Amino acid sequence: MNFLKSCVASAALSIALAGGAMAENTLRVAYDADPVSLDPYEQLSGGTLQLNHMAFDPLVRWTQDLQFEARLAESWEQIDETTMRFKLREGVKFHSGNEMTAKDFAWTFDRVKESPDFKGIFAPFTALEVVDDYTIDLKTAEPFPLVLHTATYIFPMDSAFYSGTTEDGKDKGEIVKHGDSFASRNISGTGPFIVTEREQGVKVTFERFDGYWDTESEGNVDEIVLTPIKEDPTRVAALLSGDVDFIAPVPPTDLKRLEDAEGVNLITMPGTRIITFQMNQERVEAFKDPKVRQAIDHAVNNAGIVDRIMRGFGTVGAQASPEGYLGHIASLEPRFDVEKGKQLMAEAGYADGFSITMMAPNNRYVNDDKIAQAVASMLSQIGITVDLQTLPKAQYWPEFDERSADMMMIGWHADTEDSANFHQFLTACPDAETGNGQYNSGNYCNEDADALMDQANTETDQAKRGELLQQLEQILYDEAAFIPLHWQNLAWGAKEGMNADEIVNALNFPYFGDLKISE
Amino acid sequence: MFAYLVKRLLQAIAVMLAISLIAFAIQGNLGDPLRELLGQSVSEEVRQQLREDLGLNDPFLVQYWRFLGSALQGDLGTSYFFKEPALEVILKKLPATMELVFGATIIIIGLSVPLGIYTAIRPNSILSRAIMAISIIGISIPVFLTAILMIYFFSVELGWMPSFGRGETVHIIGSWDTNFLTVDGWAHIIMPSIALSSIMLPMFIRLIRAEMMEVMQSEYVRFARAKGIAPGRIYFVHALKNTLLPVITVGGVQIGTMVAYTILTETVFSWPGMGSMFLEAVNRVDTPLIVAYLIVVGFIFVVTNTIVDLIYGLVNPTVKLARMGA
Repeated sequence: MNFLKSCVASAALSIALAGGAMAENTLRVAYDADPVSLDPYEQLSGGTLQLNHMAFDPLVRWTQDLQFEARLAESWEQIDETTMRFKLREGVKFHSGNEMTAKDFAWTFDRVKESPDFKGIFAPFTALEVVDDYTIDLKTAEPFPLVLHTATYIFPMDSAFYSGTTEDGKDKGEIVKHGDSFASRNISGTGPFIVTEREQGVKVTFERFDGYWDTESEGNVDEIVLTPIKEDPTRVAALLSGDVDFIAPVPPTDLKRLEDAEGVNLITMPGTRIITFQMNQERVEAFKDPKVRQAIDHAVNNAGIVDRIMRGFGTVGAQASPEGYLGHIASLEPRFDVEKGKQLMAEAGYADGFSITMMAPNNRYVNDDKIAQAVASMLSQIGITVDLQTLPKAQYWPEFDERSADMMMIGWHADTEDSANFHQFLTACPDAETGNGQYNSGNYCNEDADALMDQANTETDQAKRGELLQQLEQILYDEAAFIPLHWQNLAWGAKEGMNADEIVNALNFPYFGDLKISE
Repeated sequence: MFAYLVKRLLQAIAVMLAISLIAFAIQGNLGDPLRELLGQSVSEEVRQQLREDLGLNDPFLVQYWRFLGSALQGDLGTSYFFKEPALEVILKKLPATMELVFGATIIIIGLSVPLGIYTAIRPNSILSRAIMAISIIGISIPVFLTAILMIYFFSVELGWMPSFGRGETVHIIGSWDTNFLTVDGWAHIIMPSIALSSIMLPMFIRLIRAEMMEVMQSEYVRFARAKGIAPGRIYFVHALKNTLLPVITVGGVQIGTMVAYTILTETVFSWPGMGSMFLEAVNRVDTPLIVAYLIVVGFIFVVTNTIVDLIYGLVNPTVKLARMGA
């Protein structure tokens, strides 16, 4: 075995040397999917945002410890309750050679307002006003605490490049969700990498942009080849055999393998996507009783699931907000205590238990079907018999929309990286008008909790806002509004010497522009 | 011959109509394509608008009629994911799949004929027993497992073979890039071809062996032996010809089946052909692409079967095509 290992090591080395001789620094990346489009505002998904951080730059971006870092904005200040003024960086060039000015921001803002996927995030903004070539004002109707959070989504597009019409008379700037558009195939951003070649579903090739504004960045990657490898074992094998340099995601079954492998580094980080179960109070009378919901929470062994099923690849949760979010309460602990659970069931008048149906996807979250099976068997210990059905995600979501089972699994990541977002979508009183509770299959509804969210959404004092959001989180915990399980961790695999640990973050947008490969 | 081909063409159209109807009927059960087109936090209103734009709210027959209308003009719909006409997407991916099927076919023919003959002639030798034992194992291991094991052994542990993709290809014509003109291309196609052939190869060895053994028992072979004709001539001229007839029939059908197996092989090796594309399309609920794929594959089945019948007629002149078409 040792002999084999040294063979692998030397093979990996020879490939590395050969690769080094061809181009200066080529990074071969394998993800599970490639971006659906080159349009930065066509689809709100991880893939799009990963691309945006390579070919575009945001106004501000998140650092590893979830702070804001200035990018195309040099500085910002609150000039009144509803206006944030950004001073823009000067001398920034687009890939086309055009100079970036405030008018590109105004153009991009108008376009985003038309994007079906992104307009929701930008709804609080009423206008983006151009003050001069390098100053813009972001205006909101009400005081809005998440201006900077949202500014991480502002990637200015090259307005001159995307204006006008194509040969067949279509507007170059239009956003097309299905079918062809200029922006889905052509790209000009300010980012560190230019897209030089793209064959959808096969590969995307990037080259470093000569005129990149950030000359202080130590990044030294000249070329990136991004290949989608859908199958987990193949993606891992490609890294281990030295065919690629960087992979994501790493499946939990291979974590140990990568950790032990020579010449390869495993990088993990707590993620921000919470996995939960919701209990439908409209379908099951018993779920209206907080005691029954608490009993279920007592029956579920979150730590056991993380330990045994996730193989430690998750952070045990007792609330929706992960650490680092304003609403996170450090003292909340999972309730696991089966005896207490039985007692609560008896107190609620269900000592003999009852039967329910449960649904979960089987290819959406890490180990989702196994988690659901575990929860189903845990519930049997307090007398609840579960009829479980797991489905592929394509079929699961229509069922979820129909609220077809008594308990349903849902994982959530807050697009705004903010606590209020969890409540808005998962536990707020369902309201078709406002879109609140769109994913609240439990039909949990507490007006006090909603009031706290509304208050927090216009509170710009961070300390006060944190208090409101923590009160909200406490209510949801006390009433066992939902069953929190864990936050899925993130994992990347990289060849040694890539120093990839410095450019990854909990949002899963690696900043490849700043990647400094050891020579 | 001409009448036969026309008849076959009509059959092909009927088959593809049936496939399209079935594919259209099941697509409602595949899931909701909008989930893959829109972000998770998009409002219900936006979702409904897009559903309306895509014509997904229309009754089934209206949708199918619209599909047939444009299909007659050669338009099988536009892929949601690739944003290109579905047929174009498939035709672009077709050469990669065909090269893979070709590679596997070469391996199957190149190995199954000599091994099948050998095990028939020397049924009791140790080598024959070994071949038969290995072929049992080969037939019972699923393709994806064979593929993953090969990747781990030859790519990861030994580092001899590339683990995924097509590698360096050479452009020939249209969307056809070939693997067979570069060393890197050869290195990339070997493992997927072996994996793809791993189910069919044992089957063909067994088929040829069984047929050959049967033929060896027949009167005319015994007579040839009695006449003192050299064993080599008996095996390869007299016996083999008659052995190959049923093999060609089965082979033709199996080439079609092999297209189905490419789905697994291509997915494991990230081979950019239409097999992995199809699995992706199912995962993404890219219904226009799914329907188009099924129609194209149906077409390939009909074409290969027609060719097989033609070849059959050449090999065995006693068979009349006109009768067979009925």
